[in-house]
Amino acid sequence: MNWFKKTAGLSIVAGLTAVSGFCAETINGAGASFPEPVYRVWTYNFQKATGTRINYQSVGSGAGINQIKSKTVDFGATDNPLKLEELEKDGLMQFPMLMGGVVIVVNVPGVEINQLKLDGETVGNIFLGNIKNWNDQAIAKLNPELKLPDLPVTVVHRSDSSGTTWIFTDYLTKVSADWKKDVGCDKSVKWPVGIGGQKNPGVCNNVQKVKGSIGYVEYTYALESKLPTVMLKNRDGNFVKPEISTFQAAGANADWQNAPAFYMELNDQPGKDSWPITGATFILIYKNQENKAKAEAMLKYFKWCFTEGAQSATNLKYVPIPENVFNLVKSAWDKSVVADGKPVNYKSEE
Amino acid sequence: MENSKKQLISPDAADQFFKITTAVCALLAAVVMFGFFIQLFWSSIPAIKEFGLDFLTSSEWDPVKNLYGAMPAIAGTLVTTAIAVVIAVPLSFIVAMFLVETAPPALSHTLSHAIDLLAAIPSIIYGMWGLFIFVPFMQDHVQPFLANTLHLKIIPLFAGEYNGFGFLTSGIILAVMILPFICAVMRDVFRMVPPVLKESAFGAGATSWEVTLDITMRYGARGLLGAIFLGLGRAVGETMAVLFVIGNVQKMPTSLYQAGTTISATLANNFAEAQGVFRSALFELGLILLVISFLIQVLAQFWLNRVSRQMGEK
Repeated sequence: MNWFKKTAGLSIVAGLTAVSGFCAETINGAGASFPEPVYRVWTYNFQKATGTRINYQSVGSGAGINQIKSKTVDFGATDNPLKLEELEKDGLMQFPMLMGGVVIVVNVPGVEINQLKLDGETVGNIFLGNIKNWNDQAIAKLNPELKLPDLPVTVVHRSDSSGTTWIFTDYLTKVSADWKKDVGCDKSVKWPVGIGGQKNPGVCNNVQKVKGSIGYVEYTYALESKLPTVMLKNRDGNFVKPEISTFQAAGANADWQNAPAFYMELNDQPGKDSWPITGATFILIYKNQENKAKAEAMLKYFKWCFTEGAQSATNLKYVPIPENVFNLVKSAWDKSVVADGKPVNYKSEE
Repeated sequence: MENSKKQLISPDAADQFFKITTAVCALLAAVVMFGFFIQLFWSSIPAIKEFGLDFLTSSEWDPVKNLYGAMPAIAGTLVTTAIAVVIAVPLSFIVAMFLVETAPPALSHTLSHAIDLLAAIPSIIYGMWGLFIFVPFMQDHVQPFLANTLHLKIIPLFAGEYNGFGFLTSGIILAVMILPFICAVMRDVFRMVPPVLKESAFGAGATSWEVTLDITMRYGARGLLGAIFLGLGRAVGETMAVLFVIGNVQKMPTSLYQAGTTISATLANNFAEAQGVFRSALFELGLILLVISFLIQVLAQFWLNRVSRQMGEK
């Protein structure tokens, strides 16, 4: 009953603010599903704080790009950044919103969390199907202290098209020459071996069900499913654990300053603590905004996400964009986003 | 007032109006059917231009290079459907026979309801049950039993690594799904056989088996075939239950233990983010699925007509 009263009250308040035309802007966005948990919290909190409604549909990166290009939404979201030329063609601008890690999970009897150590070449050979058994010499050499069973390796990958796959195959392309030659990097690829699972939970389920399996998922899903993660050798030659601090280290080493249109692949970054499979998720907006009030509300929302919203992102195990990068984003807004021929004022507090 | 109303719409006009309305409603079904074909064909034109007939025979599936072939999906659809029909048809026949011929009325009544309820289970439930219960069961018990205990692994059909996913698992789940449909129709067919026919056969000294084979099956051949085609049609297009357990990889089937894909699973997996030629290739796959279902219908009609003509001649 209490709950009902509250909801009823809230909807009446929401209805009133909408009718009054006071802060009645509704902003629509669509795209990447990887940051969706954070976006959901952000839109809810932002509406509570300001009254501005943000609708976000997590339809996938590819669909998000399509929708912003056909102007059915006000902003698009994608896990694989677009190159400067493609952005210019459509008059779009791009900036990073969040960072997160992709981790490798295994189901091998006797292997606990972060016990198994792998390097890029070995991971590449496992996913290429060259390493067929867990007792393979290449794995044993990296793990002299572990006793690995005589058990066939089953690779689990995404069956749907996904930004996570893009980040993971981009990593493999960077660390394995054979992978680059035979498979390449995209949102879905021609997998040489293995079985497919639907979305992150599908991969987790399949890894849990199949003994001897190995898969890749967003970090949050690995935590939720309690599957053992794997330590990876990074570019500096150190074995690192997947956790917020190593994702942050990878993000901190990225040279955003010299990245045209914020095009950034965070995989295989230098730094002794950097987690090698880290990705950013991006927002796409039009440089020339048709509706001034909407443009102001939208940029205010993004500014709020970068500042007030950072804590909730951390709580959900994502890495917020550091302040120096946010400053770069702000100067990019000042330089390129215009409404009615003037820069958009997102700073003033009404 | 009432008089003037009656004059306004003459009985003739009302009749005409009724005729036209029914005709339009009936035509709508045909229009929708053709609409599907045309729309699917239209959307698959880019892929047809790009790949031509190779699309049907190629087993390439490489989104990075934008190369697509339908062969693995078509083969997977046919293999899973075949497994399902091979398992479900004899089983349904036996169950239906038991229900009609041998079971005590109370038991028959209860079991009939149970089988009807089986048909009401949504396919997503079969998929979830398949993934969480059946896949581990297949990996731990069924597949090792078939491969090692029965030594079936010397046959290529049962060779290779197994992990619970794949064609065999999908086929078995599909069999459970289509069993109630086939069984319900077969049950009705058996019931429709006039008791006089059976009694005279029994009177002539035929055994139960002979009566079933020579009287019931002959009499109900049309209905039995219809039941099989009904199950076939359902298995071909089933998506959710298969999606969870097939393994979702674009590979030609070489062993029943292997993971693969079907047309509907490929569509469900890829549509959300597909663009350009990829999207068009998926539309073409949809067209192929529609054509396969259509062919099954045509084949069923053809066969049924032939069977009834033969029976008539006799």
